[in-house]
Amino acid sequence: MRLDVLNHGYSRGYKLLFAVIQMVSRQPLPDAAKLVFYRPGFYGTRAKKFTHEAMRGPSAWSVADRELMAAYVSQVNGSAFCIAAHSATARQAYQDGPKVAAVLADLESAPVEEGLRATLRMLGQLTREGKVGAEDMRRVLSAGVSREQVEDALAVCAAFNTTGRLGDAFAFELLSPEAFEAGAKYLLKRGYR
Amino acid sequence: MAEDKKRAAYRALEDRILNGEGKASPAQRDRAFNNVGLSPPLDGLLDKVATRPTQVTNADFAAARAAGFSEDELFELVVCAAVGQSARLYDAGLAALAGAVGDEGDGHAP
Repeated sequence: MRLDVLNHGYSRGYKLLFAVIQMVSRQPLPDAAKLVFYRPGFYGTRAKKFTHEAMRGPSAWSVADRELMAAYVSQVNGSAFCIAAHSATARQAYQDGPKVAAVLADLESAPVEEGLRATLRMLGQLTREGKVGAEDMRRVLSAGVSREQVEDALAVCAAFNTTGRLGDAFAFELLSPEAFEAGAKYLLKRGYR
Repeated sequence: MAEDKKRAAYRALEDRILNGEGKASPAQRDRAFNNVGLSPPLDGLLDKVATRPTQVTNADFAAARAAGFSEDELFELVVCAAVGQSARLYDAGLAALAGAVGDEGDGHAP
């Protein structure tokens, strides 16, 4: 990563933890995971709590839908690490790789429910342009999405606009496809805590 | 409607990075969060984090280090810039939603 402290500035306890994780998973610890262990009192502890709540907390959206939103927002931002990580997680969660690929290739023709499509469209606009209007939200609501679901989707959007920016700014190292798959499995089993 | 747990968790993150202990001053963190009032070369790095993060380069960090910013200060300021931009998106979305459901008083930043 672009700051040496994020590569090397960890206590002996954390370094030992990283080594154990690496040994058990047989994959390198992703930079996204390392980042939240760096001075966790400043960022990581609260970031993990928020992200877990957004991605795994109570919601009418499935975990798979929320992972797809994370992948979609990341794609709009061009955040390579997060696109790979969360498209892998969405593929595993849906057990449907073609569906995830179709959404990322062309949202309008992808085989998803209209409510999810309208929500992804709105998240894309918000992320791309920095703004959405009441009329845009009415279109999402009229597609059958509840107010609470819109709020939940906005939380996912906030989480991955943060993580993606940090991934790009600090230059998270891209992993092998096998390592992204292993990371996805972990995120589905344990979440973001 | 009471602020939900997700929003409360986000506000806790915002509050910590802006008002808690840090190596960068609270004023500097606030400027990074809001992407206003920053001086070169920090303005270049942090504006990219907020608006076009894929364009951040090693040279942006090198310039900030050369201007005297420590790695820990840069860690904090980049986090503030990223969370700040996300907060603006979150708030804009919630405000639009409140407008759509005719509840203008809810969903805005506290």
